[in-house]
Formats: sequence, C-alpha cells, structure tokens
Amino acid sequence: MRIINRTLSRRAAILLGSIPFALLIGAYAIASHLRRIDNPADKLLPSLSSMGDAIWRMGFEADKRSGDYLLWLDTVDSLSRLAVGIFISTMLAVGLGISIGFIPHIRRGLAPFVATLSLIPPITILPILFIIFGLGETSKVMLIAIGTAPVMIRTIAQAVMDIPRELIIKAETLGASTWQMITRVVLPQVMPKLITAIRLGLVPAWIFLISAEAIASTSGLGYRIFLVRRYLAMDVILPYVAWITLLAFILDQLLLMASRKAFPWNHLSGDSL
Amino acid sequence: MRDPKFMIRNLTKSYGEYPVLERINLDIEAGAFCTLVGASGCGKSTFLRMLLSQELPSGGDILMDGAPLPQQPTPDRGIVFQRYSVFPHLTVAENLIIGAEFAARKLTGRLFGRARKKARDDVAELLETIGLSPAANKYPSQLSGGMQQRLAIAQALTMKPGVLLLDEPFGALDPGIRNDMHELLLGLWKTHDMTIFMVTHDIHEAFKLGTRMLVFDKLRDDPVTPESYGATITYDLPIDLSVAPVPGANGETDETDGMNFSTALMATMPVP
Repeated sequence: MRIINRTLSRRAAILLGSIPFALLIGAYAIASHLRRIDNPADKLLPSLSSMGDAIWRMGFEADKRSGDYLLWLDTVDSLSRLAVGIFISTMLAVGLGISIGFIPHIRRGLAPFVATLSLIPPITILPILFIIFGLGETSKVMLIAIGTAPVMIRTIAQAVMDIPRELIIKAETLGASTWQMITRVVLPQVMPKLITAIRLGLVPAWIFLISAEAIASTSGLGYRIFLVRRYLAMDVILPYVAWITLLAFILDQLLLMASRKAFPWNHLSGDSL
Repeated sequence: MRDPKFMIRNLTKSYGEYPVLERINLDIEAGAFCTLVGASGCGKSTFLRMLLSQELPSGGDILMDGAPLPQQPTPDRGIVFQRYSVFPHLTVAENLIIGAEFAARKLTGRLFGRARKKARDDVAELLETIGLSPAANKYPSQLSGGMQQRLAIAQALTMKPGVLLLDEPFGALDPGIRNDMHELLLGLWKTHDMTIFMVTHDIHEAFKLGTRMLVFDKLRDDPVTPESYGATITYDLPIDLSVAPVPGANGETDETDGMNFSTALMATMPVP
C-alpha cells in the first residue's frame, strides 16, 4: 500500500510523536555526560539530575530571602501579564476588526492606519513605553497588547470580509439591522478565526513578555532566566525554557479544545492542527 | 385587473463603460412564476440582483407595487442562492427562527426561554413540510445539498415575502433530487401566493416550473468589440402547460449550454 494511504493507531501515533523528544533528551544526556567526564563542575550542560534538583529548589522550597516559591511566583506573574495583554488585543481585534471588516466608512478611515501601525517593530517602542508608563506592569502589558493587536485586528477584519456576501444579503432579507448582523452573523462566524488569531498572537506575545521582563522586572519567567544567566545557571535556565514551552503548548491546546467545544459547526470537516 | 406587481421601464445596467443589460421593459403580474434563462454572462443573474436591490440599476426604473424599489435588500423579497444560503453556525431550527428573532429583539436579535420555545414551535410545521423535522438540531454542513436548499427556501419563506428570488437554486443538485425540489417549490408557490423569479441554466426546468419564461440575449452584436452592447429580454414567453408539451418530458436531455441561446431555444420551443 502507498505510504500516503496508511493510517496508524493512536498508540503508534503517540509512540512516533515521542521519538524526536526522546532522541533530544538522550543526545543531551550523552553530551552532558561526556563534558562532565572532563570537568565534573561543568556548568554548560548540567546533568539531568542537577536540573531536577534545580526544579525542586525553585518550585518546592521557599526562597531563603523572600520566602516565595519562585517558579510558581514567576509563572503566575508572567501568565497574568500575558493574559491581560492578550485580553486587551482580543478586545481590540473584535471591536476594531469587525468594524473595519464590516463597515465601509470605518474601513476606509482606519485600515491604512492599522496597516501602518502593524509594521512598527513593537520592541522598538518598548523604551517609549518604559518612559510613558514607567517600569511597572503597565508597560509590559502594553507591549504585549501593542505588539499583537494590529495583526489580530487585520486578521479579524479580513475574516469578516471573507464571510460570503450571500450570508449578509440573506440576513438583510430576514430583516436584520447592521447591529443584529454583527451580533448574530458576523461575530459568530469570526469567533473560530478569533481563537486562531489568539493562538497565533500568543507566539509573539511570549517574545514580548520575556523581552520586557528581561529588561525591567522583579519577577516573571523571563526575569528569572536573565537573572540566573549571570551565574551561568544552566540547571535553572534549561528547565525554565522547557516550562515556558510547556505552558505555551498547553495554552495553545486549550484554545483549540475551546474552539472545538464552542464552535462545533466549524470543525465538522477537515483536520486542524 | 390588478396593477402589475413589477413595472420595469427602460432598465439598464453597466459596469464601467460596458453595458450588461439594456432597454428592459417589462410588466410582471402578481403571482407569476418567471423563469430567467440565457447563456452564461448574459445578465440574468444581474437582473435578479437588481430585483433584490443587491445591485442598483444604472438607468431606468423598477417599480414594485407602484413604488420604486428600496435601495437595499428588504424582507419583502426573499432570496435563495445556489450556495451559502443558510447560516453555517446555526442549526436547522435556528436558521428558521432567526428572522423572528431579528423582528422581536432589536438589540440582541436573540430570543430566550419561553419566547424561543414558541418561535421553535411556530416553525415546526414548516420543518415538517420540507421534511427536515428529524434534522432540526443539525448544522447545515451535516445535511445533503438538497436538504440545505430546502432549508434555504424555507428560511426565505419565514418572512412571508411577496416575492421570492432564486438564483440557480438547484444548479448543484442531482437530477432526481431536483425533481423533488420542483414539487416542493411548486407546492410552496401555490400555498404562499408569491411572485417568483428563478434563474436557471436548465431550460427544461424553466418550462416545467414557470408560467412565464424570460430569455436574455444580445440583440445587437458588434463583431469587433462584442462587449459594447448589453443583453436584453429577447423572448417573453407565456407558458401554458395545458396546451404546450414540456420539452424533455419524455426523458430527452440535450445540452444547450454554450450555444447561442436563442438558437438553442428555438430548437426546443413548443410550436404555438
């Protein structure tokens, strides 16, 4: 049978999917072992067990100075910044995206402006944000919002414009006002695409979050890895990177599940990543 | 004698400098079932979209019940498209009550609780007529093409429009399904007292369903710049099924697409 026509069981799929991860961990373990034969105090590729110790220290032992459990404190702080930032850009994407996509006057007025804004590299306005909002939470949240909103607005505006015109005409013949069409036709139709936009927006959002935390912060996952970098503490950095990756993956999958649950009509055919 | 439902005077439509339709003059009596036929690109769908106010005429007038047509689609003219006619994010029953919801709730456009239940009860009979009662809670993409189009017709009828516009509604359906749809449509036409305009590519369908057939074609042809003249209605045929045999009724199927439409029509036309 041709290979493109062969399907595989769930167990085989999981097994196949875990091979690259296992290879990576195995390669690391070997490389780390070889380096520590030369120099038992090697800091560059710490052993898996010393990383385990570091995780235990960061997550389950109170910090001697502050009494906090640093891993969880960092996680909560980072995720709340991410949540507030993404929430703001989601609201902007819904409000402005639908207005731009649906109402010609607003489209003519705002689309070129939003298109221009989306071309500003967000990280370049970080100094401006620090100057305006200070070094507190506001500037970090604003960076995430400003960094992700323009693209999300454009995505939603385009999604609105991609709604078949027939559906809008049909709604008009059923007596809908513009507002009713927004609430009953346009918004429900773009909701799955909004979830996709959030999932894609989270990728740069993490970058802006870590960058802002690295530059000016006193907590957060990004702050921590840039802090311990001074001591070449790879045993902390590597687990933190893995933890951030895992968080990003879980968020992404939760959003996909939410989309499947809330908008079954959008997932009736075809496979989605 | 009632005034005609539609009075169309010197209607033209052009895109830029190219006319698509020109010099259309027509009276349509209330309750007529007009079938619109013609070669691809001859403007029959454009004519239908103007009746819907999806597009506005470049010149001339369309009067409905003696008054100029509104400038935008309104609930007094229902529409069924070939595709994308029902809301994919709503179930069958939700598709049928949404018109009532728009009318009842200006702000939310949504009924809840007892009012919603009543709206659903109100469409139960309609669901039964179109044979979709068992599928009331399914989404359109879970239905076959024929079921989707039945739903689309029923949805248009929920507003009780005086005019129903159909843009190749059965173009994508199998011949067998198409026959069922014809029966359904003729039944609904008789019970709902509507004026129907239906664009079709299928000339047998046009003869079978219509009381009047409007044939769109170009009268004037410029061999060098064929786009410089628009089409108009070249034949306006009353179809009296009691005297005229229906072409194709004995199972013949000829492919008339692509030929000069008037020639093709003359070949299949019943001798008066």
